[in-house]
Amino acid sequence: MATESIKYVAPDTENKVKTQVFPRPGQHTTGLVDWLTTIDHKKIGLMYGLTALFFLIIGGIEALLIRSQLWDHNMTVLTNREYNQMFTMHGTTMVFLVIMPLSAAFFNFIMPLQIGARDVAFPRMNTLSLWCFVAGGIILNLSWFFTGGSPAIGWFGYAPLTDTRFAEVIGDMGPDFWVFALQILGVASLLASFNFITTIINMRAPGMTMMRLPLFTWMTLIVSFLIILAFPAITIALVELMFDRTYGTNFFDFLEGGKPHLWQHLFWIFGHPEVYILILPAMGIVSEVIPVFSRKPLFGYGLIVFSGAIIGFMGFAVWSHHMFTTGMGVVATSAFSMLTMLIAIPTGVKIFNWIGTMWGGRIRFDTPMLFALGFITMFMIGGFTGIMHSSVPIDAQHQDSYFVVAHFHYVLIGGALFGLFCGFYFWLPKMTGRMMSEKLGKLVFTLMFIGFNLTFFPMHYLGMIGQPRRTHTYNEGHGFETWNQIATIGAFILGVGIVIGIYQFVNAFFNKKLKPAGKNPWDARTLEWTLSSPVKEYNFARTPIIKARDQAWENTYGPKDNQSEKEPLDDHGVHMPDRSWWPLITALGLFGMCLGMLFHRNIDPSGELVRNYTFAILGGVVMVTGIIMWALEGPGGYHLFPKEDEE
Amino acid sequence: MSDASAHALEHHEPVTSTGIPNKKVLMWAFLGSDCMFFGTLISTHLIYRKISATVGGNFLDIRDVFDIELTSFSTFILLASSLFMALAVSAIHKGNLKSTRWMLFGTIVFGAIFLACQVYEFTHFVHAPGNELTLSTYRGEPHVFGSTFYVLTGTHGTHVAIGVFWLLGWLAYSFTGKMSTAHALDVEICGLYWHFVDIVWIIIFPVIYLMEYAM
Repeated sequence: MATESIKYVAPDTENKVKTQVFPRPGQHTTGLVDWLTTIDHKKIGLMYGLTALFFLIIGGIEALLIRSQLWDHNMTVLTNREYNQMFTMHGTTMVFLVIMPLSAAFFNFIMPLQIGARDVAFPRMNTLSLWCFVAGGIILNLSWFFTGGSPAIGWFGYAPLTDTRFAEVIGDMGPDFWVFALQILGVASLLASFNFITTIINMRAPGMTMMRLPLFTWMTLIVSFLIILAFPAITIALVELMFDRTYGTNFFDFLEGGKPHLWQHLFWIFGHPEVYILILPAMGIVSEVIPVFSRKPLFGYGLIVFSGAIIGFMGFAVWSHHMFTTGMGVVATSAFSMLTMLIAIPTGVKIFNWIGTMWGGRIRFDTPMLFALGFITMFMIGGFTGIMHSSVPIDAQHQDSYFVVAHFHYVLIGGALFGLFCGFYFWLPKMTGRMMSEKLGKLVFTLMFIGFNLTFFPMHYLGMIGQPRRTHTYNEGHGFETWNQIATIGAFILGVGIVIGIYQFVNAFFNKKLKPAGKNPWDARTLEWTLSSPVKEYNFARTPIIKARDQAWENTYGPKDNQSEKEPLDDHGVHMPDRSWWPLITALGLFGMCLGMLFHRNIDPSGELVRNYTFAILGGVVMVTGIIMWALEGPGGYHLFPKEDEE
Repeated sequence: MSDASAHALEHHEPVTSTGIPNKKVLMWAFLGSDCMFFGTLISTHLIYRKISATVGGNFLDIRDVFDIELTSFSTFILLASSLFMALAVSAIHKGNLKSTRWMLFGTIVFGAIFLACQVYEFTHFVHAPGNELTLSTYRGEPHVFGSTFYVLTGTHGTHVAIGVFWLLGWLAYSFTGKMSTAHALDVEICGLYWHFVDIVWIIIFPVIYLMEYAM
């Protein structure tokens, strides 16, 4: 009786679905269909990464155009409007289409492996996040081809720059594209975060207690909470702006009772947690890399976890330091100034912990470690200028000058991007199964480090002597030229470094001549390194039973009691959910709905405004159909029967 | 035998670290996030209510256009719908399909009455003779009240509408013959959402409507 009921019959998906419009891809799907319908967190992670690297090149080209325009006084590489478009698109692209999705790529690929899970909690929803992100990226960049071109409003989109009344070009659609792109990107981030939170809270392997979670997983959890609590503020602000621009409401229209100041508050209530959304994943990566290459456990694990959580919590209480010069009054300004100084403490704690980890360790200077060290030093410089800005009088001096540009690029390139590159050099062997050239990696680091400092260090000085940011040119006689030229040369060096780096990452997937990585090339510490490289599609053949923090390290060097065990092989195999078309179709519907809303207004021959919602409704119908079919098809699935230790 | 049923169960609802089903954690996370959505909208409304308290030089008295009797009625209806929802969840847990169906139906009808009241209210406000409240004006003068009021209550209405469609989906599904206690969790999650939307209205009604009468 018992044996009979255990015997599980895999659903016969191949036959059942033939009658459907979109037959569900079966177990052995390959090629394009596989990539379009995959629900495997590893493939989704790779697609996130690849798309983000593509946008990194786009955003980089925009940055280089900006730097070319500033090479000398009164240059004409770009007109003033084009310049405004460039810095708007550069900022928006780098924040929403590069750093966030690169972090998401690692969240997706690495986090489930670190906690011993089969996949994320909702694999199909994960696919939907990916396609929403891609749709948002496309919508933002479509703006180049329509009336007015790309938005010229800054990544912060301050009112009244977004007011239709003040558009430089009549019928300017740029800000509309920006509004819709950011909303759809918000959907992508929110869905992904709900998924990660559920996965980390609920899908840990037995014995993987919260205080045994690898640091990167902890930071994933904190960032996901930041996203679900911070994104609503910007989403509502964007909805209000959308109503202002489309239906003539007065939220931010100061001529009819609205307050542009409110936009700034709503934007920065999101915008400051966003800063930590960008930096905490990099901190998580660095916290993984430094112990590995120092051959010591992380110093003060609990302290790093809790300082990360405190940073996340306090990140919601400092937003107004972006608005010190708007005249909020003495009390508010002082309070935010004090809180901003306080938030430096948990950040400093982390830095001391990393130094403590390295102290007395046997340090190996492989490429990931170089990037980690680059992260610490560069992030510290950005942090110091940040503390300077928490002082209101200094902030008032630096406001809107190049000093601020230097500050946040030290945090976002020297911090976030170096951290993410560190992650690539560290985890790509796990993803591809191949080691990358150390020589080339070190060249990339050298070029990026030198180029980055050449570009942004002079900007501190330029800001101090008065060069304003967001201004397309400067006149002769201010003495700005030399340092701008150095910055521009640096930017091109940085660009070359990044391009070589991207080449190296992509090459690692295709170049069969590279040395195979094996399970644990770095002698690393966390659970993902107990799996083969590249990781098998089912991750763990048998669910591991966790006995210690740093499980992979303990398995090699630890006492017997600390070595992980495995649950017995399941006689009905590893359950794999089926691929699905519906996430892609749902995202396409949402994409169509946004395009429909963007183009629903027309002026008829008599000059009257005509609204036509046909296309938007059509998109909505596709989206809803996608959701309903998704619900009806269920997770489906098939079973794999890996051998004892085939993982 | 007990082993076998454990396996079969595992296939549907995997054992989780906390013991709480994944879908429920997801819904709670979403509701936490949704609090921030409504929080932002409600604060926008309250801030503007305070700093734009006049229209065309006169004190803004929104009581001239509000219809508090109607809104009180629809509030009552929405709150009552939560009772039906709770009974529907309880019925599906017990496997009583017939009762589930009626209770879902009751929730849907009450949700629909609430939405109808809101549609009536909006139409009535926009066309109130002499007191027109539109998205951008009040009594023909530019003002923010219409913007914040309609977008806030409209967002809430959209939530109710989504809930009604979700419940309609369950009602339709109950006629396919496939619905069983295995779906109790899904209905319960739908219920979580429905109760949350109700709770939001419990905040909106006093803060947006009743407070106008306390001044």
